[in-house]
Amino acid sequence: MDEYKVTSRSEQDTIAVAENLEAEKFPGMVICLNGELGCGKTVFTKGFAAALGIEDTITSPTFNIIKEYLNGEMPLYHMDVYRLEKKIESTGLLDYFDKGGVVIIEWANLIEDYLPEERLDIFFKVVEEDIRVMKFVPHGQKYEELCEDAL
Amino acid sequence: MKDVYILGIESSCDETSISIVKNGKEEIVTTTLTQIDIHKKFGGVVPEIASRSHAECITIVIDDCLSKANMKMEDITAIAVTYGPGLAGSLLVGVEAAKALSLAYNKPLIGVNHMAGHIYANNLVDTMDFPLICLVISGGHTEIIYMDDDLSFKKLGSTIDDSVGEAFDKVGRVIDVPYPGGPVIDKLSKEGKDTYELPLPMDDDSYNFSFSGIKSAVINLVHNEKQRGNEIRKEDLCTSFENIVVKTLTKKTMKAVKEYNVKELLIAGGVSANSGIREEFKKICDKEGIKLVVPKLSYCTDNGAMIAAAGYYYYKKGLFSDYSLRINPGLDL
Repeated sequence: MDEYKVTSRSEQDTIAVAENLEAEKFPGMVICLNGELGCGKTVFTKGFAAALGIEDTITSPTFNIIKEYLNGEMPLYHMDVYRLEKKIESTGLLDYFDKGGVVIIEWANLIEDYLPEERLDIFFKVVEEDIRVMKFVPHGQKYEELCEDAL
Repeated sequence: MKDVYILGIESSCDETSISIVKNGKEEIVTTTLTQIDIHKKFGGVVPEIASRSHAECITIVIDDCLSKANMKMEDITAIAVTYGPGLAGSLLVGVEAAKALSLAYNKPLIGVNHMAGHIYANNLVDTMDFPLICLVISGGHTEIIYMDDDLSFKKLGSTIDDSVGEAFDKVGRVIDVPYPGGPVIDKLSKEGKDTYELPLPMDDDSYNFSFSGIKSAVINLVHNEKQRGNEIRKEDLCTSFENIVVKTLTKKTMKAVKEYNVKELLIAGGVSANSGIREEFKKICDKEGIKLVVPKLSYCTDNGAMIAAAGYYYYKKGLFSDYSLRINPGLDL
């Protein structure tokens, strides 16, 4: 399995990567964001949502666990599963994988056993205050092609 | 005019709360069942568990409320229920219960915005004199609202990333205090000194807030101190953090109070229980001669009384819902 690495030196860099991935979107797309607090997960989602044509301000889903944005080119489901950890079975969140939109999950590594087999994992690593290395791990043919095209 | 008794039903998150309020001002009885103990085990509110728990207990809570008030459903004028924003499964339980009661007892149904409820919690403690500015601060919201009449909400600004409640909880995670971080940080901040320098976020002319930047600044600070082998003085960091949050909230809110030349300032939402925020607003408003209304601590958290209080004004304006009322988890003011 190929891995891709991109260095982000600013929020704009992170947003540009999100825009490139958005350009290759398809219904049922699942993007998993992993990395510590403040590494840019919500910034990435803001960039992706803006590219989707969503006009609402994308705010943190931490408190609500899920926020839905239905007024873009495709529905966007933005989740933060930090507070769920392993108690995902009975939450109804898994239904969102089949709703025909794009699902972006923050702290997805905490629910790894429940994620779809085919998906894109992104790992953010804070190197210095403004510098992050984003590692992309595609799972499945579709996501491998996506990474080849977009990154 | 005949007295109006509104039954308020609130189930948007982890509290099932039912209340009867007379004429939008006088709380007769409130019965609340909180799930905090259940959710503590999971480190936060779990949507489906919340929803199931609401479904199991809502009829019991309604019965309890009526019997404590020594009233029957026949004595109720109308039924007000939160239909958003909140967790879908939890909202659904309240809305369906309200519809069933409305249909069975032939009482008007009123769908209430949860955020309007938080604002109208203040109507239970004081009068709302228009025009006014309301600062709504909670786990899910951080907004400055202008009102020139009942139920007329103009959003002047809001957070562009984390809510103030999320900022408290996330900083709590960074310095390793138990969930929810807000009350713990508030307590620790009283024992510390403001010694850490944190940036004032979005220090501009807008009414928008950004708390993600403070969160990052705290993370960087903790990280740098660790690398230097210095121990973090938790109490001091809590004081510094709370002070910068208070500063950004007061600065923007007071600017709105002046620009819109309002009669009073309301503070609403769960985070309005924070003592640092209350004290500083009181100090500034006393000094500037502005009327400040903050909810009683028991009205800061979610409760049926605030929904019934807001519901009264929907009733007065004839804003009724029919049985097609649907939940709206992302409802805005």
